[in-house]
Amino acid sequence: MKSKSASLPYLVWMVIFIIVPTALVFVFAFTDKSGRFTLQNLQGVGQYSNVFLRSIWLGALATVISLVLGYPLAYIISKARASRQNVLIMLVMLPMWMNFLLRTYAWMTLLEDSGIINHVLNLLGLPSVHMINTQGAVVLGMVYNYIPYMILPLYSVLTKIDRSVVEAAQDLGADSRKVFLRVTFPMSMPGVISGVTMVFVPAVSTFIISKMLGGGSNLLIGDLIDMQFLGSAYNPNLGSAISLVLMVLILICMGIMNQFDENGATEGGVMV
Amino acid sequence: MKTLSRIYLFLIFLFLYAPIVVLVIFSFNDSAVASRSVFSGFSLRWYSTLFQDGMLLSALRNTLIIAVVAAIVSTVLGTAAAIGISGMNKWMRRTVMNVTNFPMVNPDIVTGVSLMLLFVAGTRMLGGASLGMASLILAHITFCLPYVILSVMPKLRQMDPNLSEAARDLGCPPLAAFFRVVLPEIAPGIVTGLIMSFTLSIDDFVVSYFTSGTTQTLPIFIYSMTRKRVSPEINALSTCLFGIILVLLLVINMRTAKDTKRIQTSAKEV
Amino acid sequence: MEKVSIVNLQNIAVSFDGEAVLKDFNLSIDDGEFVTLLGPSGCGKTTTLRIIGGFVRPDSGDVFFNGRKITDLPPHKRSVNTIFQKYALFPHLNVYDNVAFGMRVHKKSEREIRAKVGEMLDMVNLKGFENRNVNLLSGGQQQRVAIARALANEPKVLLLDEPLGALDLKLRKDMQVELKKIQQQTGITFLFVTHDQEEALSMSDEVVVMDRGAIQQIGTPLDIYNEPKNAFVADFIGESNIIDGIMREDFLAEFSGRKFRCVDKGFQPNEPIDVVIRPEDVDLVPPDEEHLTGVVQNVNFKGVFYEIIVDVQGFKWMVQTTDCEKTGERIGLSIQPDEIHIMHKSEYSGTFGDYSTFSDEMDEDSSPLPGNGEEA
Repeated sequence: MKSKSASLPYLVWMVIFIIVPTALVFVFAFTDKSGRFTLQNLQGVGQYSNVFLRSIWLGALATVISLVLGYPLAYIISKARASRQNVLIMLVMLPMWMNFLLRTYAWMTLLEDSGIINHVLNLLGLPSVHMINTQGAVVLGMVYNYIPYMILPLYSVLTKIDRSVVEAAQDLGADSRKVFLRVTFPMSMPGVISGVTMVFVPAVSTFIISKMLGGGSNLLIGDLIDMQFLGSAYNPNLGSAISLVLMVLILICMGIMNQFDENGATEGGVMV
Repeated sequence: MKTLSRIYLFLIFLFLYAPIVVLVIFSFNDSAVASRSVFSGFSLRWYSTLFQDGMLLSALRNTLIIAVVAAIVSTVLGTAAAIGISGMNKWMRRTVMNVTNFPMVNPDIVTGVSLMLLFVAGTRMLGGASLGMASLILAHITFCLPYVILSVMPKLRQMDPNLSEAARDLGCPPLAAFFRVVLPEIAPGIVTGLIMSFTLSIDDFVVSYFTSGTTQTLPIFIYSMTRKRVSPEINALSTCLFGIILVLLLVINMRTAKDTKRIQTSAKEV
Repeated sequence: MEKVSIVNLQNIAVSFDGEAVLKDFNLSIDDGEFVTLLGPSGCGKTTTLRIIGGFVRPDSGDVFFNGRKITDLPPHKRSVNTIFQKYALFPHLNVYDNVAFGMRVHKKSEREIRAKVGEMLDMVNLKGFENRNVNLLSGGQQQRVAIARALANEPKVLLLDEPLGALDLKLRKDMQVELKKIQQQTGITFLFVTHDQEEALSMSDEVVVMDRGAIQQIGTPLDIYNEPKNAFVADFIGESNIIDGIMREDFLAEFSGRKFRCVDKGFQPNEPIDVVIRPEDVDLVPPDEEHLTGVVQNVNFKGVFYEIIVDVQGFKWMVQTTDCEKTGERIGLSIQPDEIHIMHKSEYSGTFGDYSTFSDEMDEDSSPLPGNGEEA
């Protein structure tokens, strides 16, 4: 068919700007500064295993918290009247329209030692709490920034669940707890999966949140990469190796997640 | 149960909106540099410093230029791509779509870094200037393209496959058939793709950060402001942006609400 | 009236993904006729239509229109128009603009267009629907708009690709009558594709029965019903009992262990043959030595008649009768010589015509999906 040729410019673009750059990451990861093949970069990644573990741990923690906080919200919204649903979903999405640097910055002003939360605590006669530059602050930042990505796919799956399926379960004698555990929750699995991936991927690879809320002591993978390319430790070969490992890590995670989705029918949910 | 869910809703939305409210309030704070936690009187001084900031204005200009160019180019390229891809056989289509989806699943930072490697190698090879507007625009088009393709493809799939044949059957040359029949059908998808590209481009920090060289975009400017730790102008900037977004969304919502109303009472409406 | 061929397909071959859809296909269509391509899904009938419409380019062979070769002519330059399976109305245009589309493309004046659209909508009984949204019309109305849109272009030939497939039974019957009327009114050649044999028989001047990318038989509806050329045609058109037999001599056939007088001749002596006997042509008589006898296996009430399955020496016959018989009863079958139709053996012999696995549901299941496997 002739229409195929319409995609030709894009195919060229795809090769130059997707395939070649990815290949470059590979090339840099396996060469040294003079361009010779080496495995040293990849071996060098090993010394940062604690950073990798921290990133995965904090990212996973943020994902779980987002799921635990987001699921009830998505459920409540999906049960609301149609007009209310739209308003509530708008309210969930609205903060996402603000640049995430500003949203993270807002938490800086709240969490600081001399910040608003501590100020309020002091006014109430309570002692200050050190919150900024802790792992807790980083997780909080992740949850705050990415929880809409959890809520939206959950919501879109939950609203699509056929009412008669729930009624059938009730008809067959399930109480509301069993209906949820045996019917609603399993049927919302595609939403859970896309929500989890949509939160985990940006959370594990972030470098802004850790920089702004974690101080210098809570480096994540993203910070490492940033340092190798634009920071003090300039070494794009090592940076590429770290990026490569991160990329593979994410692909493995997605592969595992897709295993859970038996139907293989994960829809991207709502992307904004 | 009902009150419980009410309380839950309230707490979540408090969590989501408290930081923004705080930013807005403190943008009117008169206090000088030191305190971000004490409100010491109403003032618009941060707004006036903001609008006299030449750096900010040029960053804003750059952002808009990039967003407009990236949105238009990626929409045209992506729409053509979607049409071509839907005409491919299953195997080809799957391969192309997997590559297309790649930038969406790949962490932004890796996309940014890989493009940076490409641009650095490219400028070295072509002997061109360093990274800047050109590399930013190319990078933005690249990460917008999948979103355009993914919003146009479903419209093409929903469309009756015989539509363009019907137009040709009635005497339209192929290109005219596309513009007269196919384009009106997939227009909603194209507009969605355009809007998405525009907002993604305006909002992007991570990819821009690695591909901008010394050029400033609004998010990069914001980033450098936050690095200074204490700069109340940020509050003013946030408030402005939030206000603009709020107004835009309200207008869009009111218009769609009006449209639905018009459809419901189509006969009586003026 | 002298018959003039308007469309001519010569030695057409088409294959999709290495699979042959049409093989050495030849067809000539006369001007002003209502011609139907009839066959099961995947037989190549839709592909034939699309070749004439210009949407499929044959791998080899040529298409002629009024004697002129049009094999390489793109669709928009051909004076044929198509009614598509799902009508392919333009959803962003109202009824008027849909019908006016072709004329606008051809840069006709708005005054001319208005007159023609009015005339067309009048013909398909849609006067007053000009400003309606086509998406909100019923299936039958959409169908009429599609007809008006195609005919407004004043084609020499109208191609109809299973146009009635999406309509319910009652509406389908009405549209059959209406389409036939429109064809007679306008005198335009209609080339109609369907898998519904009843539709084909009741509407057409000429029926082209197709299977596996080849023409099995061309003829008037009466011809193909009464004189099927092979077991496929006999089975596909109506119900048939097809029995293995041997032509002993002219006018004498032997099957089911008996000799029968018949009206066919010109076969080799002792040539193996297929014998076709229509279920309505068998008379039931009391069992005796003179007739074939069998046991009633199954009785199905059909309203006007009973459809019964009779086991004759292991071969299951279908008989349509107004007499009520009981299951398990022994009966005789009487067949008149002119009701026996003899066919040469073909590649289809032995695959059709025995009702041992017959059931009503199977009949419905076998109605093929529209266009399945035939899309380019």
